[in-house]
Amino acid sequence: MDELPIQSGDDVVRVRQHVRVVAAQNGLSLVDQTKIVTAASELARNALVYGGGGMARVEAVTSGHGRPGVRVDFTDDGPGIADIDLALTDGWTSGSGLGLGLSGARRLVDEFELTSKPGGGTSVVVVKWSR
Amino acid sequence: MERVPILKLGSTLFVSIQIDLQDDSVIQLQEDLAEQLVATRANGVVIDITAVEIVDSFIGRMLTTIGSISRLFDAETVLVGMRPAVAITLTELGLSLRGVRTALNAEKGLALLNGSS
Repeated sequence: MDELPIQSGDDVVRVRQHVRVVAAQNGLSLVDQTKIVTAASELARNALVYGGGGMARVEAVTSGHGRPGVRVDFTDDGPGIADIDLALTDGWTSGSGLGLGLSGARRLVDEFELTSKPGGGTSVVVVKWSR
Repeated sequence: MERVPILKLGSTLFVSIQIDLQDDSVIQLQEDLAEQLVATRANGVVIDITAVEIVDSFIGRMLTTIGSISRLFDAETVLVGMRPAVAITLTELGLSLRGVRTALNAEKGLALLNGSS
């Protein structure tokens, strides 16, 4: 597993590049690579902008059926999300964005798990499998 | 932060994005383009994203914003060269880039501007 800090815009680019490499190495198609990298970009930006910085952990995984994939775990120690259902609604934003980052990222991946509580930071784990 | 260069081709500003875009670079491009539109009195902007591997919601919003800003300076924006994987991902993400014209490549983008001016 590779740990990458998310403390600046450059770090967000590095997370994208790293997810791209691991996704390509594990047999994801170009479209699926693009989807997981785009989701990673949204989630890394969220960790930076709303979480005040955090960490991305990228690893190659294998499904129960033997399919390879890539798993990325984003964590931050920010203020957390009070209403997770609301945060996952298309078009809802607590900032100045379009409100598509979190909900859009969820649509782009195969598995999506968000854990958060007010004051306790946020963790988002995403997985994309090869086809 | 890397800066995206802006070229002037006749009455059109041509932007070819060849770097891995971070948010600050996109915001800078937006400001540089607005300045160049005033300075050059260009009536069109072609943004070539052939080399762009992902467009996420922030980059997508900024491209739409650039289109809106250009219109305020009486210039039309055409986005060209989007990769198929980027188009599929953008649509699934929920972004339509409403208000920005698109063309398959730079040549067609320039033709579109010249035909409509």
